[in-house]
Amino acid sequence: MTYEHFAVLIVIVPLMSAFAVALLGWFKRWACYPLTLAALFVSFICSLGILNTVISKGTIHYHFGGWEPPWGIEYVVDYLNGFMLVMLSFIALVVAIYSKRSIEQEIPEKIVPYYSIFLLLVAGLIGITVTGDLFNVFVFLEIASLAAYALIAVGEDGAPMAAFNYVIMGTVGACFYYLGIGYVYIVTGSLNMADLSQLLPNLYHNKAVLVGFALFTVGIAVKMGLFPLHVWLPDSYTYAPSVTSAVIAPMFTKVMAYLMVRIFFTLFKPYFSIDLIPITQILTWVAAGGIIAGSILAIAQTDLKRMLAYSSIANIGYIVLGIGLANRMGLTGSLLHILNHAFMKGTLFLVAGGIMYKMGMRDITQFRGLHKKMPFTMGTFTIAALSMIGIPPTGGFFSKFYLVLGAIDARQWAFIVVLLISSLLNAVYFFRIIENAYLEPPVTAYATDGGTHEEIKRDELPLSMLIPTLILAAGVVLLGIFNERIIAFIIRFAVPASF
Amino acid sequence: MFEYIVSKYNYWVYIFLMMLGLYGMIGKKNLVKKLIGMNIFQVAIILFYISIGSKVGASIPILTAEDLHGSANPLHYMNPLPHVLMLTAIVVGIATTGVALGIIIMVYNRYKTLAEDEILEIRKKSGV
Repeated sequence: MTYEHFAVLIVIVPLMSAFAVALLGWFKRWACYPLTLAALFVSFICSLGILNTVISKGTIHYHFGGWEPPWGIEYVVDYLNGFMLVMLSFIALVVAIYSKRSIEQEIPEKIVPYYSIFLLLVAGLIGITVTGDLFNVFVFLEIASLAAYALIAVGEDGAPMAAFNYVIMGTVGACFYYLGIGYVYIVTGSLNMADLSQLLPNLYHNKAVLVGFALFTVGIAVKMGLFPLHVWLPDSYTYAPSVTSAVIAPMFTKVMAYLMVRIFFTLFKPYFSIDLIPITQILTWVAAGGIIAGSILAIAQTDLKRMLAYSSIANIGYIVLGIGLANRMGLTGSLLHILNHAFMKGTLFLVAGGIMYKMGMRDITQFRGLHKKMPFTMGTFTIAALSMIGIPPTGGFFSKFYLVLGAIDARQWAFIVVLLISSLLNAVYFFRIIENAYLEPPVTAYATDGGTHEEIKRDELPLSMLIPTLILAAGVVLLGIFNERIIAFIIRFAVPASF
Repeated sequence: MFEYIVSKYNYWVYIFLMMLGLYGMIGKKNLVKKLIGMNIFQVAIILFYISIGSKVGASIPILTAEDLHGSANPLHYMNPLPHVLMLTAIVVGIATTGVALGIIIMVYNRYKTLAEDEILEIRKKSGV
């Protein structure tokens, strides 16, 4: 078997397994979980093979059915989506390992369809990342979105309404995106990204191209939950089952951020999106607003998952700020933050799911004494929280550091202030939880008869949930320690050469 | 000016339909009506794609026997690609409608109503 087929296997294996899981579920319910794991594991191995090939041999082009690119569909993997693929398939695998106990408790009667749709979601997200064809992106985007709607809707009481709002907003976003494709297609007659990036420079002053670009930007901004368009996000993340939040929060919005980088700097040349129209400038200010507003709204929440959702909005702000700064340091910080934030938010949502599993609640004020009950879980939470605030040696520090360097390079002092303020706000809302869990005297410690201290027994998560959480938390630290290497070997080449 | 508007009437229809759908999604309180608004929005875009693929006086893109011997003139045929893309978009639209209807059934089972303001009131009362 040759390496070149990895680029297509990484999508096909989860896609086909999704149907296999649904079929197998009719006969053997227990087999769904191992089959899902096997499919995601194959995907992960493929992603490693792809990244290895990209590093050793350069960009991979895979032509479907042997049709040459402008006519046929092409999968392209370069440094930018190579590392995205590894990240996506790794987090999907880890969350899938975690999912078993949590799903059995929260939605026991829907295990079979849940795993089937879970695989569809992963296939869709990986497909968006790997393809080199604009319309193909739309198809995978809809596969992933429809799967996400369904995964959210099976959650607790408010979930169906949250999912319905998400359907409406998400469809409008996707519609804008493919309307944008239409406008670009009118003037070029091509759908292949590499072909378009050759054809478009002569047409940069064409009105249809400008409209198409605007539609792309708005459509993707809706899908990624950029600040004024984020209204679907908090409800969806809060009411979804724990595993759904843990898989959608780190992956979906990051893939949309990747698509934004792809369209801004590969499909259109950086010259267009930076000099010709002031889109990157506008985006920096939108992102700065999102960072501050997301952080402040997060402080106001008492529900852990809702707080994490608002923190996600702030972090999307960081990523878009880096894209908007549009210089080497800024974009490096942005790509590094895509990676870091996926790991941090994954860990935090896994911890939230774990607390939900053990305690059946996620109200921050009731977390008192939790470090005695679940020391490892709260330990991983603290690591991820420190990374969110930006304390070395965790990953979050380095991505923020590069963003600040990018702001200095662009001579945009206001954004340095925004980044620092938001770090302080992050500290406020994360230390509130850490303080509650570690320092406040536990409520249950005072028993009703005479106030004798009742010992809090250690009651950790089952290993199948604890180990994935620990792996992701270790990832947060390792990404911080090895950030130099990640940038030197991968991200440096993912940033456009003209920066 | 009038002629300009009339000659591009299909594009005006698409914009009108799109805005109508947008109004339906924002202005209507009933969830099913919102969904219908979403469908109109999608259909408007499909109309746009069909418009960009068609040409005045052109025929369907099937080669005749004479074309195979001589050289086929692309001006005589419509562009099939946007139309093919729309087959995919129609399928996607149906899938979205299906998922949305499924979610609407879940909402109805829980709240016994489909009016958005009533649902909000019920949720406020129960404190969720």
